[in-house]
Amino acid sequence: MRRWIWLSVVVAIAIAYPLLLSSPFQQRLGALVLLYAIAASAWNIVGGYAGQVSVGHVVFFGCGAYAAMGSYAKFGLSPLFGIPGGIVIAVGLAAIIGVPTLRLSGHYFSMATIAVAETMRLIVTNTDWLGAAVGLSGPTVPRNIFDLSFLSSLPYYYLFLVILAITLFVTWWMTNSRMGFYLRAIKDSERAARSLGAPASRTKLYAYMLSAAFTSVAGALYAMMFGFVDPESGLGILISVKILIMAALGGAGLLFGPLVGAAILVPLEEISNSWLGGKGAGLTFVLYGAIIVLIARFQPGGLLSLFTRRRKPSADPGASHAP
Amino acid sequence: MSFVLVQVIVGGLLLGAVYALFSSGLTLVWGMMNIVNFAHGDFVMLGMYVAYVVYTLMGGGPILGAPLATLVLATVGVVVYFALIRDIMKGPMLAQILGTFGLALLLRYSVFWWFGANFLSMPQNIVGGTYAFAGLRIEASRLLAGVVALLVTLGLHLLLTRTSLGSKMLAVAEDQTAAQLMGIRPDTMQAIAWAIAAGATGLAGALIANFFYIVPTVGETLGIVAFVTVSLGGFGSVPGALVAGLLIGVIESLSGYLIGAIYKDIVVYVLFLLFLWFRPQGLMGKM
Repeated sequence: MRRWIWLSVVVAIAIAYPLLLSSPFQQRLGALVLLYAIAASAWNIVGGYAGQVSVGHVVFFGCGAYAAMGSYAKFGLSPLFGIPGGIVIAVGLAAIIGVPTLRLSGHYFSMATIAVAETMRLIVTNTDWLGAAVGLSGPTVPRNIFDLSFLSSLPYYYLFLVILAITLFVTWWMTNSRMGFYLRAIKDSERAARSLGAPASRTKLYAYMLSAAFTSVAGALYAMMFGFVDPESGLGILISVKILIMAALGGAGLLFGPLVGAAILVPLEEISNSWLGGKGAGLTFVLYGAIIVLIARFQPGGLLSLFTRRRKPSADPGASHAP
Repeated sequence: MSFVLVQVIVGGLLLGAVYALFSSGLTLVWGMMNIVNFAHGDFVMLGMYVAYVVYTLMGGGPILGAPLATLVLATVGVVVYFALIRDIMKGPMLAQILGTFGLALLLRYSVFWWFGANFLSMPQNIVGGTYAFAGLRIEASRLLAGVVALLVTLGLHLLLTRTSLGSKMLAVAEDQTAAQLMGIRPDTMQAIAWAIAAGATGLAGALIANFFYIVPTVGETLGIVAFVTVSLGGFGSVPGALVAGLLIGVIESLSGYLIGAIYKDIVVYVLFLLFLWFRPQGLMGKM
């Protein structure tokens, strides 16, 4: 019961936010928080629940962004039509990366994802058809509503809110399905899970593909809001890093962890950028680095795990002391 | 074989020796503690900047810069071990990856903030000019870097296999509890391993500072090179890292020359992925 009250409070705040704080800066900030929350929640499926730390998620982000802009720049279609294409490419790529590397222990997977992301960035940077270093642009003047090109951030805000809700719902549904139980077992001990008949490799692969699909949607939405994509903004390793940090700061493997992380870090970055100007970019990432080191050292479960741990004794009164 | 090709291969071997040097640091830490240092490439970057600062303050080139960079980075290694690694080693894998990855960002963007994003290059110093051997032309700074890196890597191998310190480190890698019962302090041995690993990156960074582009993001590329080298050579194997480093140096130079400079990184990354997929134990390692 208490959970439903909390949920409705969060939803009410999310719906009311851009109407209460209605300056363009605040609305844009809200939209960006939701956008990164989508990407971080998508990462959470494989990085949090499956425990496979992908450091190259930007590859899928880039698939979506390039597919959306490409469908306009190459075929004159609305960027919306690029979304399914982006999902297909991202899921296919996830299978190609995942089948061989998910067999190996976790570090290999992380390194392989970095290498794939960097390879992709270098290839795209040198491919003229994809705009090389300049990238691709969306429609400068919207032809109709399906171009999803708005001056105000308000329509984006609500669009992102809906997509985030879908992402979180699918994640929640997944954790309560057979797949979720498999994932939890695998994360605790892969060997034990395998010996009990859980199809470990296949389950991890499905989680990875699902995560790739949602990350691709986030990339497409990002490109639509900004109206362009280039190798740095669509395939740069720093996007992966941001996604990962947001999920880890809030709490990897917790449903609302990525949202909390995004709600803290996106305003931090926007404010430090607007205060410090060009110099801010470097300092922001110094701060990011410091934050992750501190999380890893002192609170590896993320901020939300502070609350879940405190709630445990009341949920299980029989347990006298936690280990 | 044409002369140019020989020239390219020799250049690749000299650079490959430096790759081997800093990669043996990564392989040592991985083999001993089963932790991957995602900041390894950024340690090399730090070594380059230390060499640069030493030169601008005191002059002297690599002869002064290399020992100082080794010392500074070895200190950084020990500090990082006690402040971060010792604790995250026991934590979940996410914490291990996040911890060293965060460290990488912290180092990279602190340097970025301080020095800016511009490419720096070492001014002309005492190790300059080119030598000619039998028609081959070799830059003095590359020759120095290659030869020193080769000797130090071999020295590191001897240190690990032929000395009592090496045996103690091996003992800690095999079984911490058993080592502790024999009167070896795992903490001290692991701190020494970090000092050696980071010191090797400092030396490597100072050696290549003379002819490499010095830029805060260079650590990203060099870090991947180290991963490739270690995965090719087999985790925990210094001789493996040496062979793999030389091989990668040559492959990189050849593909840069034959296919085009922009593709040399792609060739190395693809090679890395192929190895991870088909032979994850590397050329010489055991899983």
